[in-house]
Amino acid sequence: MNFDRIREKLNILADAAKYDVSCASSGSDRTNKTKGLGNASKMGICHSYTADGRCVSLLKILLTNHCIFDCAYCVTRKSNDVPRAAFKVQEVVDLTINFYRRNYIEGLFLSSGIFKSPDHTMERLVSVAKKLRKEENFNGYIHLKSIPGASDELMYEAGLYADRLSVNIEVPTISGLKLLAPDKKHEDFTKPMEKVKNEIVRYKSEQKIIKNTPKYAPAGQSTQMIVGASGESDKDIMYSATYYYKTYNMKRVYYSGYVPVTHDSRLPAIGSQVPMLRENRLYQTDWLLRFYGFSVGEILNNQHPNLDMDVDPKLSWALRNLHHFPVNVNTADKRLLARIPGIGMRSVDKIVKARKFRKLNWDHLKKMGVALNRAQYFMVCESRYWERRDLDAEKIKGMILQNSSGKFRNQYSTQLSLFN
Amino acid sequence: MNTSTTLIYDGSFNGFLTAVFVAFDEKINVVDIQKNNQSQSGLFSDTETVFTNVEKAKRVWNGIRNKSYNAISNVYFAFLSETEGVELMLYNYIQKLMRAQSGKCLDYSDSTVLYIAQLAKKVGREKHRMEAFVRFQLTKDEIYFANIEPDFDVLPLISKHFRDRYADQKWLIYDIKRKYGIYYDLDHVEMVSLNLKDIQHNKTVKSNAFTSEEYEYQTLWNDYFKSTNIASRINPKLHTQHVPKRYWKYLSEKKEAV
Repeated sequence: MNFDRIREKLNILADAAKYDVSCASSGSDRTNKTKGLGNASKMGICHSYTADGRCVSLLKILLTNHCIFDCAYCVTRKSNDVPRAAFKVQEVVDLTINFYRRNYIEGLFLSSGIFKSPDHTMERLVSVAKKLRKEENFNGYIHLKSIPGASDELMYEAGLYADRLSVNIEVPTISGLKLLAPDKKHEDFTKPMEKVKNEIVRYKSEQKIIKNTPKYAPAGQSTQMIVGASGESDKDIMYSATYYYKTYNMKRVYYSGYVPVTHDSRLPAIGSQVPMLRENRLYQTDWLLRFYGFSVGEILNNQHPNLDMDVDPKLSWALRNLHHFPVNVNTADKRLLARIPGIGMRSVDKIVKARKFRKLNWDHLKKMGVALNRAQYFMVCESRYWERRDLDAEKIKGMILQNSSGKFRNQYSTQLSLFN
Repeated sequence: MNTSTTLIYDGSFNGFLTAVFVAFDEKINVVDIQKNNQSQSGLFSDTETVFTNVEKAKRVWNGIRNKSYNAISNVYFAFLSETEGVELMLYNYIQKLMRAQSGKCLDYSDSTVLYIAQLAKKVGREKHRMEAFVRFQLTKDEIYFANIEPDFDVLPLISKHFRDRYADQKWLIYDIKRKYGIYYDLDHVEMVSLNLKDIQHNKTVKSNAFTSEEYEYQTLWNDYFKSTNIASRINPKLHTQHVPKRYWKYLSEKKEAV
């Protein structure tokens, strides 16, 4: 192995792959049966973290950054003047195996620029996964990118070897797609998703009858959307996320604050701030929808097309719906407990178990880890003390903001600072 | 009035369970349970030394497990935290558990129960960290070697994970703080103690115990780690929150930062 050449390629191709947010290695339960190498950890493991705090769990690289498309938001688009490189199939296999053996990674995340044709590219990706599984007896995690426009046969084969497949729709609205990625059609994205979804459903139902049916993409599908590149509202983003969760049984939708990589009049200029707080709020909303039993219309609708930046979406929902509160934590059902700001699903679980033994008071809740600075205005418990003042939403919000700090606060505050 | 007694055990988990058995069996009024090398007798209590008995330990283990699977793992995890005074807390916990009908281990409004659950959680977190932060280096005799210095004694907990995952390579994980390691010889895992002359911290100097290829792969990995960073999103606070500095010396990607 020529390490110098590999090193050069790795630098180029890892650099181009880093804008893919997904690094999840969870959700698969592939086991190491025949004394081979590796298994998948159900909860996933992050082996390291980058200096910007994102998890490094997979070897995330492009097979090549040669591309025939010219999407405005993408760093490897054909009109961009960057150094190009391509890995051989065997080189990717060797890198993955050797990194894995040293416990650096959970597996491989392989994506690619599109060279020649979508099918040609997809076939190459599949052959890497096939080689790892069949020749190296590798049972670690493999995440393959579904290339937009790839044929059904290749997508079927990809699912046999990969744990997760993903297509990034990148631009949440069809009009935005036309503007920024004129070569791609919306159907190119959805067709592979549809195929993989149908196969997963088919394999699942077969598994019920024949137990040793092989696995098919056990960790499901995911997708990613860029935030802040085409002027879409939070409502647009979350409604289309909900659509993908429902229609294609997505395991995850990722939101990626757009990092300007190019001078293009259609996009934010280089040097403009990455919308990290907005990204954060979108993830919070995503969690509310998936785990807290909220429906998207409650949080975002025509009256409120964008999320509040200074408070989290649950608190902001609660402030708009004060008539549901206060909730009694000793009697309310799980669904209602989960709606109290400052109480997360873990606390809900603890509360429900603990209140079988005795009525809970402030002290119990505090020890369990409830964020009382938010929760106290929205609940009552076994205590003589609770919020008796008739406060309106603005007052409550003000008091909460006063007694808490946030890392993005000064960036978005309208108040001038005395010292800088 | 019952005289109160301090029980002394040998420091092993089985030893602790035997002590619990003895306390229940002889209806001892326990004031403390202590390890034999760090025992301290109280002014108003007797001391009694407990000899480890696997049979007795097993009975306690099964007794707790029959009450709840959740409780037995909490007890084991919390024990491995090596926190001072955890034995007495665990004894109280087990007493409560045995007295109650069922589900007592889920009463998070009880301070002992919450404390043990939180302690077990901490140890679980350290276990997970070690599954992530172990970095093997290939030695010339083809053993993948790693040394660690975990906050808690988690080697017994991570052994299964590594055995399942790296079934086709020999590996050795060594705990420098507690001076023992686990070694997998392609068949089963055993405990070993080594006389390490030269502790393999992440040095920039190359050691000739390792293959030359090893350092090539470390370079590749370090390069990869650097290129995954997006400079415009830098957030050092979040970074150290996820990878606390005390682990840096074992991570090859952090070699230069140490």
